[in-house]
Amino acid sequence: MSEATQIADEQSSSESISSSKTITLRIAKFNPEHDSESQFADFKVPYERWTTVLDAILDVKKHLDHSVAVRYSCRQASCGSCGMKINGRPRLACFTKISELDSDVVTVEPMNNFPIVRDLVVNFERLFSTHKKMQPFIIRDDSEVTPGTKEFLQTPEQHEEYIQFANCIKCGLCNSVCPTMATDSSFMGPQALTQAYRYVADNRDKGKDKRLKIIDDSHGIWRCHFAGSCSQVCPKGVDPAMGIQLLRGYLLGFRK
Amino acid sequence: MRESIVMKVHYGTALGSVVLVAVHILFRLTMDFNESLQYENVVANYQFIPYAILLELVLILLSVHGFNGLRVILLELKQGRSYEKAVTYGCIAAMAILIAYGSRTILMTSMGMT
Amino acid sequence: MANPGRYGIERVAYWLMRITGLGLLAYFIGHVYETSSIMDGKEAWNSMLQLTQTTEGHIFLTLVIGMCVFHTANGIRVMLGHGGIGVGKPARPDYPYVPASQNKMHKLCIYASIGLAALAMMYGLSILFGE
Repeated sequence: MSEATQIADEQSSSESISSSKTITLRIAKFNPEHDSESQFADFKVPYERWTTVLDAILDVKKHLDHSVAVRYSCRQASCGSCGMKINGRPRLACFTKISELDSDVVTVEPMNNFPIVRDLVVNFERLFSTHKKMQPFIIRDDSEVTPGTKEFLQTPEQHEEYIQFANCIKCGLCNSVCPTMATDSSFMGPQALTQAYRYVADNRDKGKDKRLKIIDDSHGIWRCHFAGSCSQVCPKGVDPAMGIQLLRGYLLGFRK
Repeated sequence: MRESIVMKVHYGTALGSVVLVAVHILFRLTMDFNESLQYENVVANYQFIPYAILLELVLILLSVHGFNGLRVILLELKQGRSYEKAVTYGCIAAMAILIAYGSRTILMTSMGMT
Repeated sequence: MANPGRYGIERVAYWLMRITGLGLLAYFIGHVYETSSIMDGKEAWNSMLQLTQTTEGHIFLTLVIGMCVFHTANGIRVMLGHGGIGVGKPARPDYPYVPASQNKMHKLCIYASIGLAALAMMYGLSILFGE
């Protein structure tokens, strides 16, 4: 018997590694052009042990309702595009398996605290503009490419001070779950404040005073009350709550 | 006033209030609770000058802390230039009125003008 | 469907902090007003006491004690957290990305605040109803 046939036989005779089941996927549908409010549409979707919520939504889009609007890209929790509310909690659809939800009904809705574009797609303009306000780049007079200069040195310990906060993929889950953002439309939000800390904590940056001035506002860092929900939902371990409290330490005089 | 100054005052008044309110409550436990609320004992407390100063401090610290907290909650509920100005000045006014009203009680009672 | 425990005890503590704060402010305003009756003489003071030294008044005061103790204890925890104390150290995150700021110490402090408030309420009840 050839090796290829032997392998094929082994695979077909082995125990089944998956059993196809179905769940009800409830998708919030809303088109601002002709709907006054969101409605739920139910779809019966088969899933395997490895099926993600994004796979299920795309399955619906392919076979049942091609009008479902969803934003996605990398399918591997790197781009932050597919953030949505899944069974009441903001998560990345590509990073959430149907099997881990432990429920026969999976409800997907657009993220809270963002204007809805259509169905599951929300508008990120405010997140990007607030992020830009934090001047999310290294601020210093000299540069590494000026003739006569060398690379800006950083020890592994100095790198460890901020690298966690650089992992932010701007998925918006933290802003979606923040209780202050639910009612305060002027609040900067955990994403922007954490990115402010990312640069303040970077030893190459000299713009600490500038950034502290920006966040020292009645709708800035002081409207964070350490509810910690942002850290609970962050899919990349950024821990925005930690970043914000450490940043506040500079304004309170606990850190210099 | 920068928000960081306001919040430092908020934290400072919180810590001050904890200590002073604890003393204020302990005064009620220096004798039987019902007896401590008798008119003569309460007036005697007011006429003890250090206690009157304590009451005045508690009044000021708690008013500032409480109304600033209310201001924060109201500012997070709704935004807008005129609304925010109204909330800020309204809370300051309420704070001032409460301090004035309470101070009147403390001052007049401690001076025996009841 | 609302699920108050969905985001952990820290979110519950956030709401309790707001509710107790507003409750205490309302009590404080009422307390300043009721104690001002001392200026109107013994009769006025005694009639104020008759209004407040009742079973309902004692139960209300017990609730105030609980709110005060929780707000104080949790407030101290929040203030320390705001200064960056007890929120963990930044480190390279590893799957499953458990946030260091949502640590056992803060959760314990929140439960301790609730416990202390309950103990204080029980002590208050013993003083108010014990005679």
